[in-house]
Amino acid sequence: MSVGKSARGPIVEAPVGFFAAPVSHPAPGAAGKTGTWRDYRPVINEEKCVKCLLCWLYCPEDTILRREDDMVYVDYEYCKGCGICASVCPVNAIEMVPERGGLE
Amino acid sequence: MVVRIQDLPRRRYGMPGNAACPGCPEAMGLRYIKMALGDNVVLVIPAGCSSVIQGIWPKSGINFPILNIVFASAASAAAGMKAAFEMMGRDDVHVVVWAGDGGTADIGFQSMSGAAERNDDIIYIVADNEAYMNTGIQRSGLTPYGAWTTTTPLGKKEHKKNLPFIMIAHDVPYVATASVGYPHDFIEKLRKAAKIRGFRYIHLHAPDPVGWRFDPSLTPKVAQLAVKTGMWPLFEYDRGVFRLSPFSKPYKDPSKRTPIIEYLKLQGRFRHIIDKPEEIKKLEEYVDRLWYWIDALEKAFNPSEKARELLSRHA
Repeated sequence: MSVGKSARGPIVEAPVGFFAAPVSHPAPGAAGKTGTWRDYRPVINEEKCVKCLLCWLYCPEDTILRREDDMVYVDYEYCKGCGICASVCPVNAIEMVPERGGLE
Repeated sequence: MVVRIQDLPRRRYGMPGNAACPGCPEAMGLRYIKMALGDNVVLVIPAGCSSVIQGIWPKSGINFPILNIVFASAASAAAGMKAAFEMMGRDDVHVVVWAGDGGTADIGFQSMSGAAERNDDIIYIVADNEAYMNTGIQRSGLTPYGAWTTTTPLGKKEHKKNLPFIMIAHDVPYVATASVGYPHDFIEKLRKAAKIRGFRYIHLHAPDPVGWRFDPSLTPKVAQLAVKTGMWPLFEYDRGVFRLSPFSKPYKDPSKRTPIIEYLKLQGRFRHIIDKPEEIKKLEEYVDRLWYWIDALEKAFNPSEKARELLSRHA
């Protein structure tokens, strides 16, 4: 199986098909559309926003996304509505609005 | 090297739609690892919340290749994986252990101590949410004094174990504490650790809204309060030099620290000790003792050139 040599020893090729265990691959939505968990929806006031990007930095889900001009928007499909973005915003440009409920 | 938010690329680092609770500090921490180290990272995860965040096969909710392993052997599995990468000639891959506080301070301690003794070339990160949150909030060795858990219904009677100090005593090249409330600091420390070879240990304080009983929107605020009250000092020990991080430096002076009660009253797990001054006094004494240790370490590890050379033998 040795295919070459490095300073630390022979280079070994990875065996193909060695592991029979099921392997998961990173993909969005491993727990479904998590946007349905949300009670409150973050709404960004673009006039107040100063583009400090703190919401983008602190969002645990990565559902706050950056545009080319560093303005942010929300991926409502997966946002869980934790409200961290609203609590770290220094100019209160994000408001948590109650969801109306899906079955109206 | 200071990290600026504007310099971080626009790409999506996390993996939305994972099974983490809203406001999860571990999902935040995993994003910062990607921001700091890039794509050449393999995670080794022992049992814990992060095993659940991945979700259900065939999808994975964490944006890294992962080896899931039993509680007691995360560090030894990582050491073996690093050896395998070296055999393959891949020196550019970082093997990172992402363990909880139970998987580090209690169950996984022997394998971590062994890996530190052998100075295996891995990065060990502890996501310290101060209890076994995944199995239902049981007490761990890193739960602080007075905190409610399901196994300490009247509050824990012992203090938090000072794991970073134990790791400094292992004489490993790099030991640091970080907090999800200060991502810049965490990213900077990860980048610094990535340049060093040998066993690197980063203790990440991760306030957990579910187990600590606070509102999920307050995760960064509680993490910052832990630093501001002096309960969680940020420091680093880099090959023989002990340094307080800039965010923690002002709180060396006890008069500048926020009163501990501000930190406790946000969390439901301290509800039963908030109106008991004698219990709060014990936590204050713990903080004073902690800073006495830090003072002693700062004096001890501020060495002459010769001593520094001797202590940095791992580099």
